[in-house]
Amino acid sequence: MKVAVTSKGENKDSVFEGRFGRTPYFLIFDTESDECKAVKNPYSQEASGVGPRAAQLLVDNSVNKVITGNVGGNAASALQMAGIEVVLDRNGGSAEEVYNKNKA
Amino acid sequence: MKIAVASGKGGTGKSTVSVNLAYSLALREKVVLADCDVEEPNLHLFFDAEETEKEVKVPLPEFDMEKCTLCGDCARFCNYGALIVGKDKLLFLKEMCHSCGGCRILCPADAVSETEVSIGRILTSQPSENLTLITGILNIGEIKAPDVIKDVKKAAEKITGSQITILDSPPGTACSMVETVDSIDFSILVAESTPFGMHDIKLAAEVVKERNIPACIVINRSDGQDEVIEILSEEMNIPILMRIPFEKEIAEIQGNGEILSAHSEKYQKEFLALFDEIQKMAGGEA
Ligand code: SF4
Ligand code: SF4
Repeated sequence: MKVAVTSKGENKDSVFEGRFGRTPYFLIFDTESDECKAVKNPYSQEASGVGPRAAQLLVDNSVNKVITGNVGGNAASALQMAGIEVVLDRNGGSAEEVYNKNKA
Repeated sequence: MKIAVASGKGGTGKSTVSVNLAYSLALREKVVLADCDVEEPNLHLFFDAEETEKEVKVPLPEFDMEKCTLCGDCARFCNYGALIVGKDKLLFLKEMCHSCGGCRILCPADAVSETEVSIGRILTSQPSENLTLITGILNIGEIKAPDVIKDVKKAAEKITGSQITILDSPPGTACSMVETVDSIDFSILVAESTPFGMHDIKLAAEVVKERNIPACIVINRSDGQDEVIEILSEEMNIPILMRIPFEKEIAEIQGNGEILSAHSEKYQKEFLALFDEIQKMAGGEA
């Protein structure tokens, strides 16, 4: 299974990002190997439609689940439609810590 | 000449100024009064005339799921996040769509067609021989106010024989207001002399200044102590051209939904004088 975590940077020890659509990076973990790759979110600075477009990015990367702090209404419908599970984490920490806490 | 009447927030007397200016001018020449406050149009309440109605439509894409291969090209293209394509479904978020037509053009499966959806109405009436009133109404629940405003402005342009259009702008400085003041010649900023109103009117003043639109301030419900607005006027170099005093009689006429200039020759003259002054400032021939 592939789990995406919103992250301020491109490494596992980067700080967890609370915003979904405006996250600078998604760290995509493979739950089998715990391997991780960073996908830059090209929409983080854009004016509109960032949530659904970021959701499409996750669809295109075959993500099954996303861990973030907050998801807007349109992004939430998009994720739901795409069958991507959403887990909200409000405690923060590094991206990897948040992943380990919520991956199950 | 196109004059927009704007205000920082609602309830400052913006409609009063639009209606009275249009009424007074219509006593001597042809005028179009356009209500661009499409979420809460109220100018038609001052007049009593038969209205003709026209729908405002915007094109929206329609998806044929028999043909769609769920390739996702449209979703990756859409700049506004209006489309998401999953493994077995396509989701179209109509409120986010800007009707650019891109998805229809690029779809490799030819699965996208165009339909027209009504988002509002334009009402046109002729309250007096010289006065044409155009009202834009956005359907409840719709968000595309600027599209309705565009149609109001187009309808106003089609009225021939009139040199003057007065546009009643939505309050505030959101995209509806910006759409209204786009390509106009002059802006009247209606203010009340309270510290509260001051901040909002300043934002509105900045919007017109940025666009190099000449402007003036009209103070409504002035109690004669308008320091806050006077300071703003000096700071932004926007003259105060008229003060409508806070008087019981005026409040009563307005409260009854009546037009001040229709009751008082004094105000007729004042609004005409305001217009003449505006024409000078806008560089037009008097
Ligand atoms: S581009 Fe056409 S075929 Fe591809 S997902 Fe969009 S509508 Fe379907
Ligand atoms: S018409 Fe344009 S804005 Fe609307 S869904 Fe298609 S690509 Fe997106």
